[in-house]
Order: sequence, then C-alpha cells, then structure tokens
Amino acid sequence: MEFFLVQLLNGLAYGLLLFMLSSGLTLIFSMMGVLNFAHASFYMLGAYFAYQCSKWLGFWPALVVAPLLVAGIGALVERFGLRTVHKFGHVAELLLTFGLAYVIEEIVHLVWGRAAVDYQIPEALNFTAFHILTSSYPAYRVFMMAISIAMLIGLYLGLTRTRVGLVIQASLTHPEMVEALGHNVPRVFMLVFAAGAALAGLAGVIGGNAFVTEPGMAAAVGSIVFVVVVFGGMGSLLGAFIASLLIGMVQTFSVGIDYSIGDLAGLFGAQIPEQFASITLARMAPMLPYLLMVMMLVMRPKGLMGTRET
Amino acid sequence: MKRTLMAALVCAGVISTGALAADNVKIAVIDPLSGPFANVGEAMVRHVQLAADAINARGGVLGGAKFEVIAFDSKSNPQEAQNALKQAVDKGVRYINQTNGSNVAAALIDAVNKHNERNPDKTVMFLNTGAVDPALTNDKCSFWHFRFDADADMKMSALTDAMAKNKSIKKVYLLNQDYAFGQAVAKAGKAMLTKKRPDVEIVGDELHPLGKVKDFAPYVAKMKAAGADSVITGNWGNDMTLLIKAARDAGFKPMFYTYYAGGLGTPPALGDAGIGHLKQVTQWHANVGTDKATKHYEAYRAKYKDTKDDFYFSTHFLALEMLAKAIDAAKSAEPAKVGKALEGLKIEGDTGEVSMRADNHQLVQPLFISTYSKVDGKDVKFDVERTGNGFKSDDRVEGSETVMPTTCKMQRP
Repeated sequence: MEFFLVQLLNGLAYGLLLFMLSSGLTLIFSMMGVLNFAHASFYMLGAYFAYQCSKWLGFWPALVVAPLLVAGIGALVERFGLRTVHKFGHVAELLLTFGLAYVIEEIVHLVWGRAAVDYQIPEALNFTAFHILTSSYPAYRVFMMAISIAMLIGLYLGLTRTRVGLVIQASLTHPEMVEALGHNVPRVFMLVFAAGAALAGLAGVIGGNAFVTEPGMAAAVGSIVFVVVVFGGMGSLLGAFIASLLIGMVQTFSVGIDYSIGDLAGLFGAQIPEQFASITLARMAPMLPYLLMVMMLVMRPKGLMGTRET
Repeated sequence: MKRTLMAALVCAGVISTGALAADNVKIAVIDPLSGPFANVGEAMVRHVQLAADAINARGGVLGGAKFEVIAFDSKSNPQEAQNALKQAVDKGVRYINQTNGSNVAAALIDAVNKHNERNPDKTVMFLNTGAVDPALTNDKCSFWHFRFDADADMKMSALTDAMAKNKSIKKVYLLNQDYAFGQAVAKAGKAMLTKKRPDVEIVGDELHPLGKVKDFAPYVAKMKAAGADSVITGNWGNDMTLLIKAARDAGFKPMFYTYYAGGLGTPPALGDAGIGHLKQVTQWHANVGTDKATKHYEAYRAKYKDTKDDFYFSTHFLALEMLAKAIDAAKSAEPAKVGKALEGLKIEGDTGEVSMRADNHQLVQPLFISTYSKVDGKDVKFDVERTGNGFKSDDRVEGSETVMPTTCKMQRP
C-alpha cells in the first residue's frame, strides 16, 4: 500500500513536470504551427539562468528573472529568425529551431562548461513535506506539482477568459480580420513564442535543481516532450496535460513491475530464448512512452485530443 | 613575391611543427564530451592532461620527448568512438586512452586490432583507464590493450569481502546500468555474495537504461518496498548522483556499496545525509594514508585550489607513469616494443607496488574499501568536492589477493 501510494505520487510529480515542459511547446505549436525543436534548449537555458541568478540574487528572484530572460531570447528568435524564414514554409522554421538547439548547447558549453553546475534546491524548500507511513516526501516535489498545476490553470484561463487570449486565438484563425481591427498580429505571434519559451524557462528553473543542471539536460528531455505533445494531440493543452500524467504514471509504475517477457510467453505455453525471456517490464520502462507514441500514431494519428492531423 | 614568401613561411611552419610533433608522443583521449556523461569525459581529459604535465615537467620521455594530449568526443557511443579513433590515427596518434564505457572500450579494441593488422608499421596502443568489464581482459583480450583500473570482478570480490564481514546485512538489492559493465557488476555481485554470505537474501536485481533516467524516485520506492538494507550499484556519473539524490529525498538510508561514489557531483548531492551510509571500492582515494599518496595529494591541492580541478582517480597518473617507463625501457615510442616492455612491468605507485600482468594485460594493484565520513584531520584528512566530507579507508586489499584466473589467449605480434 505504501509502495503504491509513493509510486502514485512519484508518477504524478513526474507527469506534472512533463506537462510543465510540454505546455510551452503545445502553446507555440497550437498558436503558430511551429514545431519548436529548440524547446528543450529553452528549458536548459532556464535552468542555467536560474543557477546564475540564484548565485547573485537568490532563488526567489531567479524564479521570476530566469523565465523572463528566456522569454526575451524567445522573442528575439521569433522576431529575427522565425519571422524571416516563415515565408519559406514550415520546413524552414523547423530547421531553424533545430539548428538553434545546437547553437544554444554550444553556448552553454562555452559559458558554463561541460560539467554539471552546482544548482541546489533553496534551503526554504529543502525539508520533508509529509510522511507516507515510513517514506518521506520532499517539499520541493510538492512545490513542483503546485507550479505545474498553476501553469495549467493560468494558461487555460488566460487563453479562454481574457481579451489577450481572445486576440491570440483570433489571430490564429482570422489573421486578416484581427489586423483590420487594429491589432498587430506579428507582435501577437512574437509574444506567444516568448510566452512559450518562458514556460520552458520556468520548467528549467524548477527542474534544474530537482535533477541535474548540465549541458546534456536538453537532449535528455527533448525527445520525451515530443512524445507528450504527439500523444496528447498536436496543439491541445488539455491533451498534453492528460498525456503527461499518463506517461508519468506508466513510466513510474512499470518500474515496479517485474513481469517478464518469459512470463508472458509462458501464459501461451510458448518457449522463447532466455536472452529475451529475462527482460522484465521494469527494464523496458523507459521505452514504453515511445511505444505508446508509435501506437497512438498508428491508431489515431491526430493524438488523444488533437484537432488536426500531424 | 610577397605571396611566395608567405607560402614558404607557412610551409616552413608546417614542417617544423610536423617535425616537433613527431618527437612528441601523442595521446588521444576518446571519452564523452557531449551528452549525459560529458562532465565525466571532461574530467577524464583533465586527469590525463595533469598526468602528462607532471611527466613533461620532469623532462618527458626518451630524453626530451613530451606527452601531447588530444581530446576526442566518443559521445558515449561505440560507433562514434571508432570514428574518433580514425581521426586520431590521421593526426599521427599512436596511443589512445579511454575511461568511460565498457561497450565503447570493446568497440575500440576491435578497431585497434583491425587497424594494427592492416598497418603493422603504424600500430596503435589502447590504454584503458576505467572500462572495467572483465571480458576485456579475458575473452576479448588483445596485445594492444592494457587496463590500469581493476576490473569489475576484482572490485566486486573486494566489496563482497567487506560485506561478508558486516553481519547486519540481511537484504541486498542490486541496481545497475543496463550495459556490459552494469550487467557484469550485477552478475558478479550475485554470484560472489551468495557464495560468501549464503544467509543474505538478494531482494532485487534491477537494470536501468544507461544515462536516460531523470528521476530515480520510482526505483528508490521499489528498493524500499523490497526491504533492502544494502544496495550494490556500479552506477557512475549522473546516474549515480540522481540515484543518491532520489534516495535522500525519500529518506531511504540503506548502506550503498558502490564503485563510483567518490566524486563528480555525488558527495555534494548527498551532503551530510550520507555519512556512514556510502561505501566505495577504489584503487585510490585521497585518504589512502600512504606517505607517498598523501604527499602527492597535498602538493596537488596546494597547486590547484579550485573545486573544479579536483582529481578523483589516480589511474591516469599510473597509466602514463608506466607508459613513460616502458617507453624509456624500450628506447622507442613504437607501440609494439612498448607493449612488450609494459608486460610484467612493476612500478612503485602512490599506494604501493603495482604490476602489469603479462598474460592478460590487467594491472594488479591494491584496492581500498572506504566509507563517506566527516573530515577529522586524522583518518579523513582531505574532503571531496569541498563538502567537508571525505572517504575513510576501512580495508586495504593487497594486489595479490585480487588476482583472478583469466581465459585470455594472447596473440602477440
């Protein structure tokens, strides 16, 4: 029972972190149709900026400053990069962000080196939040979850209940009309891209010290966020949320299951070589999200809650 | 006229550096400089450079030739490492060094063997300072490969000896990386422990993907649910740091028996929480206590004050020291001759006498079991990564006790 509860919380925490990472990507994709390959790099930049700011100013200012800095970089990328290549179509945009990911990684190498930096959880949050029987649960994870849920609610309300959100949505479907009404549509797109980058930056501030802040961190999460977005349905915020939780749970719970391929074959009375038979579900855990993505693409190409074909 | 002069100058420059480089002994370090283990790879390059600097400072080899270190990115990938080897050979490198990844090492041995068969006049030697899959000096052994770290079985033998003495151990969990080395650790750990302590229950034997797990909390919850009081792990780099972080967060405090707890982010991640709960088996640590080791490390710390310059392994010093001695003994930097000089070579290392086995090219050296403890100025003189905590020697296992039988059938040129 204790094991189940702890794993449930772990899965929830991991899922919410995935959502934090993928929400910005979904936002940018759904509003602008740009699949941003540099998204995970913005996450990494958020972590490094937060490390630097927390050294100078402390963690709490960093929580605000780092995402804003990342948003600024995002805005510049949109204004001087994406907007220029936009007329050449989506492939050009995709290639631009793809190249950008490498550029950012190299810049991080140059500025902060290849080794991990010492970015630690702030003392104020470094305590045990509660106990589940004999297991303790750290406060920082609770903090992570709270931020992620706040992100979901904030984004949802912002897009559907505010004037800005309405203008953004209208810019996507009826750009000429919105422009005719006196709104600056390119600037709206720039702000959306900056906001998406800021969300990734915020995830970096929080994920960077929970795990490790090092130059490989972008590559490590880069693929999984795409799984979340594709699985949840390209451009659907709610879809991404459900997909994040699902993937978090699947990955966490499968670690705890020692059921092997041999056991499965045994059910059907089949004999398979020991080399395969000994592979347990736990050992396959990290592969399962990708398997889920492939299955989803085969069976329902637009994803869980997507509105258009990928 | 001006252009010809320029061209002539450039040519002269190329020729003169070419001539100089021919005198120097180039060592290519092929380790991950990007990806999840880039931090480890970078540290390894620094270690080799430090070892080379020390030898160059006292005059180098063959009466004046210097060691020249060139770094190549293996990307933790066997294929990429083989490409790096080709690049290195094109640059005139005859000695390669690699530390991280037994899968990478196995690919490099294959590639070096093939290269040397095809180019008997340009042979390459492989100095292995950390890929510890036992197969590399057994079934896959090669004349061109020398290993200066103790292999996974030798270390496990020392580790399980220490575990056998600790009667409070009842339930052991094995968590390792899913590749050649991690599997070797798991296999040896299980086999040796059941032999030395039949009363101990092995409550889990888990493999996780190499360098891909971000959150070890699910694994920690599973170990806890299994009731483990001790964990054996060969994890290194971020896989070690993240595991320790997750265990600390969950309040899970078993005794960790590890191969690589001694540096690169693990002690800071653990802080004081791990005191007395973390053991490692190594061929060296800062507090081994021999006069030579203490003096060497003291001089080192006086010279390099920054945390980022800390060194964790003496293997690279040992490897280059022995290479220098073998080159001088062979009076040549030709790998075939140096290889023969290395076989059976003995030197006085920081921790005592070490010798290179001729039958499988495995270095025989003392091993140490140590525990993560507070610095007390006596047993624990030096801390790691400025944490105020360091490693305290529990046991010294003499080299002769670690010698394992080998299946190697060495083919000599």
